[in-house]
Amino acid sequence: MATYSTNEFRSGLKIMLDGDPCVIVENQFVKPGKGQAFNRVKYRNLKTGRVNERTFKSGETVEAADVVEKEMQYLYTDGESWHFMDPNTYDQYAVSTEAMGDAAKWLKGQELCIVTLWNDVPLIVTPPNFVELEVTETDPGLRGDTSGGGSKPATLETGAVVRVPLFIDVGDVIKVDTRSGEYVSRVKD
Amino acid sequence: MHHSEHLRRASEAPGEETWRPAARLECLRLRAAVLAEIRAFFRARGVWEVETPLLYSASASDPHLASLHAAYHGPGAPPGGRRLWLQTSPELAMKRLLAAGSGPVYQICKAFRDGESGPLHNPEFTLLEWYRPGMDHHALMDEVVALLEHLFSALGQELGPCQRLSYAEAFRRHAGIDPHRADAAQLRACFLDQAGDIAAGVDPADGDAWLDLILTHLVEPHLGLEGPSFLYDYPASQAALARIRPGDHPGEPPVAERFELYLEGMEIANGYHELTSPREQRLRWERDRRRRRRLGLPDVPPDRHLLAALSHGLPECAGVALGVDRLLMVLSGAEHIDEVLAFPLSRT
Repeated sequence: MATYSTNEFRSGLKIMLDGDPCVIVENQFVKPGKGQAFNRVKYRNLKTGRVNERTFKSGETVEAADVVEKEMQYLYTDGESWHFMDPNTYDQYAVSTEAMGDAAKWLKGQELCIVTLWNDVPLIVTPPNFVELEVTETDPGLRGDTSGGGSKPATLETGAVVRVPLFIDVGDVIKVDTRSGEYVSRVKD
Repeated sequence: MHHSEHLRRASEAPGEETWRPAARLECLRLRAAVLAEIRAFFRARGVWEVETPLLYSASASDPHLASLHAAYHGPGAPPGGRRLWLQTSPELAMKRLLAAGSGPVYQICKAFRDGESGPLHNPEFTLLEWYRPGMDHHALMDEVVALLEHLFSALGQELGPCQRLSYAEAFRRHAGIDPHRADAAQLRACFLDQAGDIAAGVDPADGDAWLDLILTHLVEPHLGLEGPSFLYDYPASQAALARIRPGDHPGEPPVAERFELYLEGMEIANGYHELTSPREQRLRWERDRRRRRRLGLPDVPPDRHLLAALSHGLPECAGVALGVDRLLMVLSGAEHIDEVLAFPLSRT
């Protein structure tokens, strides 16, 4: 089994902590002049997304996490799982609703997403930073009011709800930033 | 040829030409100015500059200091060469000068420590070390402040007010614990409660490790923010080569007459009211060597020359080692030691 010593620690390294795959966010070597050496590490648990701190004695070893990120195309959902395909190998992966998390509400099909695999099992799905989706439900638009003052909720074709400016109407296609969940612009036809 | 050159360059950080110094040239000029001002300061005070070997037949026995070594081959060396250690500080040889009657001396030299590389560490770094016969650690702290005032004013910078805290007071204030009386379990609980961190690989029974963790995580971030901060009177278990004083009042634990200087949360200097007893020195070396054996660390022979010098008589004195690179970090506003080094480890 592959292991890393604290001397190999760097941000981005994937390691196993308490049985969960984690990624090092920040690694700092600390040592009081006459004291022991430690590595002070900030890490993100890849299953829960939570960031924690842990200090290691210099020279400690930890198990490597078999984690890879692959670009995959979203195909369809059968209601229980979300199906993706690796466009290079045509291998298909079924992703649980839990692993999909928030990504589910931005996808309608064909999008290229980053899928994080742990021991070849999908762990996290990261949707494209920007998606373009049609508005299926919102209060009637105030045409001509493009001043940007005020906003209202709008439901998109995937079921996601975002705040949009008052001039947006049902049938409009809008661009959304999936990282913040915020409206970016109306897509002109 | 052209293609492989392109590949090699592409693997390095974009826009970085690694043959160039890591530090900006103006920062290297600042280093030259600081070295000149240090020499002016000591000349005015009648402390003279000495040089001692960087390659030496013994090295620090402290289990937490790892020495690099080299082998000398040639006239005077046995077959296979003579092992010499790159000094982790010039203290062993400088004390021999003091025993020989040198009086107050200082040295600016390179020091070497294996295993140390990070934002505040480079395995080869510059130390200013000086010794003052007749002074104790408090008098030497006064002189450290005088040196800082001299350097800051010579460079047109302002030095904030100085703070002196005993190690115990600093732990009480910033971690709410008595470092001399708490046992390992209490220290560990204090760390786990307050640091928001788990140090799973640290031996729960290793009290000194938990003291170090409380120091780095909870105490140090508060030190030296307004001006220089001194911590003094360390736990006897962390005496290194400082003398140990019995408790000031009956029932109080003994303390090591050791101090450290902090600027901007960063450890800058470490000083001792120096141990002068050859017997005690030999005992500490033997204890360090036993701990090294237990921890599976390489043995480091005691310095028989220093033991002989101590037997001859080391004057009562205080000594301090100051990290010149870190001081330059403070003076230049650098956040990584590489910013003040011409060629740090990554560019050697």
